[in-house]
Amino acid sequence: MDNAYDGLVEDGSEERHWAFGTGFTEALTGVDRAVPPLVDHDDLAAYCLMLGDDALVLAQRLAEWCSRAPELEEDVALANIALDLLGQARMLLTRAAEVEGVGRDEDELAYLRDEREFRNVRLAEIDCGPGPGGDFGTTIARLLVFSSWRLALFQRLTGSLDPVLSAAAAKGVKELAYHRDHAAQWVLRLAGGTEYSRERIVAGLALVWAYTEELYVTHPVEAALADAGVGVDPAALRAEVDDVLDTVLRAAGLDRPEVRQVAALAGQAGRDGVHTEAMGYLLAELQHVARSMPGAHW
Amino acid sequence: MSGSWPLYEVFVRGKRGLNHVHVGSLHAPDDEMALRNARDLYTRRNEGVSIWVVRADAITASSPDEKDPFFAPSGDKVYRHPTFYAIPDDVPHL
Repeated sequence: MDNAYDGLVEDGSEERHWAFGTGFTEALTGVDRAVPPLVDHDDLAAYCLMLGDDALVLAQRLAEWCSRAPELEEDVALANIALDLLGQARMLLTRAAEVEGVGRDEDELAYLRDEREFRNVRLAEIDCGPGPGGDFGTTIARLLVFSSWRLALFQRLTGSLDPVLSAAAAKGVKELAYHRDHAAQWVLRLAGGTEYSRERIVAGLALVWAYTEELYVTHPVEAALADAGVGVDPAALRAEVDDVLDTVLRAAGLDRPEVRQVAALAGQAGRDGVHTEAMGYLLAELQHVARSMPGAHW
Repeated sequence: MSGSWPLYEVFVRGKRGLNHVHVGSLHAPDDEMALRNARDLYTRRNEGVSIWVVRADAITASSPDEKDPFFAPSGDKVYRHPTFYAIPDDVPHL
């Protein structure tokens, strides 16, 4: 059976039981996968890695909450968001692999690259809990900043001349709008809850705010692709993202954190493959099984 | 902590459905979050196009103790079904 869903449907029945859900679609069905003319293949592959790695790494971080969230309902919510991001990562890493054209696939890119080859912004990788690195408040603070930034980016990316990036962005926009809403709802509730919950969201925002400048630094690959009408210059996102974040903070009665930014290393940061200490541990967990048992299927 | 969050009942209308159907329950801190939790718990397999949530303590339900006086009296009144008409041959879609 190609599709497990078919097993749920009675033979000869057009009326599929509503409870199973119907009308599933693949976002990239029928999309032209040819690279647009005059676009540098290496740049496009690198760009897809950047956006794909952002999603893959944060999906891994959010998945760490499985079975550890403060409530069962929130456990599922965070896992859903992680799965949305994993879906975005798969589309983008698949695109990176096919444009790169050296015979790698999405799995090899996800599981067999070393830390220096990952191109995600550091905001996605830092440890925001569960555990000593943070807590639910920190996780929500990161999700608010990340999803506000990525939503602004993807809204522009829907106009990309690369049909695959454009279609992936159009799908992502709806997901990210929900992620941002979910995070904003929780920021309001934590800020307006108890003295302790307010303390936690204030501390969480301060922690993640130190990684916000990096979000608006334009990498040469991003500049080249923005010029070509394929990518988005992140520097252009700042005003819009600031406005969104200020709106949420104002509604929550919180001040914008005044913290020192975590510096780049000799001018290099996540987009250049220079990561924080947390990244190695994250990749060890993400890649361990695939590397221990090469080619395994289950 | 679940004890401190109220229970909500969740109703979902499917794409082909005309009415909302009870699908389950959940805990949430307030109405808005209940709606979002319902989206995450009960529509993640593309089941729905509309969700209602209502606090469980806002529902007035019939009691199992009253089952007989409530429901048994209708058990012998089959004539309440509108099936005791002769259908004319030239009215095919009745």
